[in-house]
Amino acid sequence: MPTIEVNGKSYETDEEGYLINLGEWNEDVGAYLAIEEKVEMTPSHWEVVNFLREYYNDYQIAPAIRVLTKAIGKKLGAEKGNSKYLYELFPYGPAKQACKIAGLPKPTGCI
Amino acid sequence: MLHIVNKSPFENQTLDSCLRVAGNADGAAILLTEDAVYAASKGNSNESKIKAVMGKVKIYALWPDVEARGMQDRVIEGIKMVDYGGFVDLVAEHSNCQSWL
Amino acid sequence: MGVEMTEATGGIDFEDEESGVVKKFMFVNRKAPYGTIYALEALEVVLISAAFDQDVSLAFLDDGVYQIVKGQHTKAIDVKNFSPTYRALEGYDIEKLYVEKESLDQRGLTEADLLVDVQVMSSADMAKMMAEQDIVISF
Repeated sequence: MPTIEVNGKSYETDEEGYLINLGEWNEDVGAYLAIEEKVEMTPSHWEVVNFLREYYNDYQIAPAIRVLTKAIGKKLGAEKGNSKYLYELFPYGPAKQACKIAGLPKPTGCI
Repeated sequence: MLHIVNKSPFENQTLDSCLRVAGNADGAAILLTEDAVYAASKGNSNESKIKAVMGKVKIYALWPDVEARGMQDRVIEGIKMVDYGGFVDLVAEHSNCQSWL
Repeated sequence: MGVEMTEATGGIDFEDEESGVVKKFMFVNRKAPYGTIYALEALEVVLISAAFDQDVSLAFLDDGVYQIVKGQHTKAIDVKNFSPTYRALEGYDIEKLYVEKESLDQRGLTEADLLVDVQVMSSADMAKMMAEQDIVISF
């Protein structure tokens, strides 16, 4: 199994780079995964990442993009609850990239 | 002898078979594991069958399976809970065991 | 009209004469959650089906009602507790959850023991509900 190394500690990932053990995640790991995804993290990025972690904690799944935009709109306001905003933050797909940075598994239905 | 049942009483006849054979046997104990723990819940339609044999044989249920299925607050009184260590003890205490697959 | 390109459809732009047709899909759940893989697989399929904007409903009968019982704690059996995911279905616009009353009764359960809002109905009404579907998928 592939591993990544952050602050001298190694973490297992799957072949696509998603963290295996959700519980091992911390902000440094998130920051490392973001660099690998070529995403420059800003407070807006972290807001989405933290939202995703909360969502996963509540429901035990990573949401589909449509569900994510709706839920973000509800919680953080309509100006953020649309795919344009989320794709600007995570150009290669908010569900894919933000989930990876958040240490979540790949969303169901996301091929 | 220890008898182990692991299938839901609503899915097939294994609990019935086990109770028919072992329900009146001297020194018998029955351990409910996996989906068979649903038989240990109050108000389920197998409750009377379980209660009918409880004077004669000891009935146990595997706690991790009970808890996983959300049945922990509705276990029939008199059914004893065991953890994995207790499972091993039961197997060791009895001369032999039969798994009703 | 084509479906918007989304990750949920794998980036494939669906473009055919069928799009726009909404069918009634019912997923029938009849197995307990952890003894077999059926319940979890069904839930995955249901979540994926939500991407296709169809009229989706879930029916819980027999041991399937145990899938949505409150208070499941699976740490000790080292299996993922997927019961919280049923509460996410609403966000996926899947709000038609039907439960057969006879199955609850047989198990000493009531609507209050369930972790999601459902419509409890008799076997006869469940049969009608099934008969109305275009497609019924069983687990």
